[in-house]
Amino acid sequence: MAVLIEASGLEKRFGDILAVDGISLRVQQGEVLGFLGPNGAGKSTTMKMLAGFLEPDAGAARIAGIDVQEQPKLAKRKLGYLPEGAPCYGDMSVRAFLVFIAEIRGFDREEAKRRVDAAVEKTQLAAVLEQRIETLSKGFKRRVAIAQAILHDPQVLIMDEPTDGLDPNQKHQVRKLIAAMAADKAIIVSTHILEEVEAVCSRAVIINRGRIVADGTAEDLMRRLPYHNTIAMHVPVGRAEAVARALAEFSAISKVETVGRENGKVRLRAMPSAGAPTPSELASLIRSRLIEAEEVHVERGNLDDVFRQITTSDAGTSHA
Amino acid sequence: MHEFLRNTWIIAKREFVAYFSTPLATVFLIIFIALTGAFAFYVGGFFERGQADLSPFFQYHPWLYLLLVPAVAMRLWAEERKSGTIELLMTLPISPWEAILGKFLAAWAFIGVALLLTLPMWITVNVLGSPDNGVILAGYIGSFLMAGAFLAIGSCISALTRNQVIAFIVSASICFLLVMSGLELVLNVLRAWTPGFIVTAVSSMSFLSHFDRISKGVLDLSAVVFYLSLIAFALFANRIFVELKKAD
Repeated sequence: MAVLIEASGLEKRFGDILAVDGISLRVQQGEVLGFLGPNGAGKSTTMKMLAGFLEPDAGAARIAGIDVQEQPKLAKRKLGYLPEGAPCYGDMSVRAFLVFIAEIRGFDREEAKRRVDAAVEKTQLAAVLEQRIETLSKGFKRRVAIAQAILHDPQVLIMDEPTDGLDPNQKHQVRKLIAAMAADKAIIVSTHILEEVEAVCSRAVIINRGRIVADGTAEDLMRRLPYHNTIAMHVPVGRAEAVARALAEFSAISKVETVGRENGKVRLRAMPSAGAPTPSELASLIRSRLIEAEEVHVERGNLDDVFRQITTSDAGTSHA
Repeated sequence: MHEFLRNTWIIAKREFVAYFSTPLATVFLIIFIALTGAFAFYVGGFFERGQADLSPFFQYHPWLYLLLVPAVAMRLWAEERKSGTIELLMTLPISPWEAILGKFLAAWAFIGVALLLTLPMWITVNVLGSPDNGVILAGYIGSFLMAGAFLAIGSCISALTRNQVIAFIVSASICFLLVMSGLELVLNVLRAWTPGFIVTAVSSMSFLSHFDRISKGVLDLSAVVFYLSLIAFALFANRIFVELKKAD
């Protein structure tokens, strides 16, 4: 598969602040890359450099193999970009705005109309087509900006928080749209919503203080959690010690710890030892042997914890 | 070249229509016509002079433009920066020059419309007497060129701020200096303590002295070159400011 987005050693400084400190990444056709990081980590700045809005102080960005600095027009033709905050010309109607974008993208009248109709259908804007953009709700505005970005069916899509401000139904709609377009494009989506990464992204990159601190599939990232693939269960308070002792006798379990109590139940967590059967097999083994253990399940962890762990620890600068 | 013209035209078209998306454009046009008329008839003594020409009309254009043109120019870039649409615009497959020129030409065309709406003045003076229409045509061309120069400065200043009010005040001030530098009042003060070449330099930068010559029917090359090069210079600065400030 072709590499359609490529950043190598991107750096950007604003005054004394090094906003982006040597970011390199490659996104292939068919990939949806989730771009994560705390506020101010440099996500938007990186995307602005990829889109050719900001010049990097060092490094280079390539869109579909074209250097964004050297041939900006050519690169921008291959790119659909949703800027941060989804800005659109508020004084225009949705239709006039999209026709303007289609004209700038070089489509003749017929083709422009066809493209606008297709984008409007994909983003469900038909109901507000003749309204001025400034009168629309936040969700509609966001979708107008998305329509603008996908209008020319670009090979590369870079979207800065495409689902921000949308209600759950609209979010679902946009995620479906991204998933449907994914096969023949390379897509970067920045987000604060970690469930979104699992829902639409084939890979996630976490950046902190301008550097990439993690890069991998959601599963890869969750593997970094100390409790990933441990077996969690609830046990009545009185039986906790006995169950913990029984668990410790399993050869497949290396360690048992108590992680909390709620509603008269103690929450236990068992770490599988090296050479243990798969976590789900281990879980069913525990279920069959220890009837006091309730809600036995495999802990996969969640991206929120990964995110917190990586972006708050000082060791967070080590590259994945 | 074809692509350059096409993109510039699309930007200009959007920008021109944007002027009319609010009632402000109509208000502006009415004020412009009312003021040009009022100055010509009451201050300039159009009837009392008993001459069939439009010089009382053109005479006050620099002063009108001083306030009205920065008002037309102020939104060109400040608005883009405030609403964030500059990021959209600059990531479309167009060059910065196409955007800058497109916006400038749209605003210039808008002022052109305002000037065209004063054509009844020309008709009136032809009904009342037999003026030298060549002089009047030169006056219109000169006025339009001068408006372009004001406008280019306004567009350039507009790229420096996201606040339209600041853009208006700063560009009006700069234009004020450029107009004033031709007045005897100012030149006399300078003459008292500076060498002659500075006085000449200052007065030759003036909008007034160049416009005076044109509106008297002398469409001399130096005035045309003056305005056109001022436009070119301001738009060049505009290009730099857009690059410099777009990310702020």
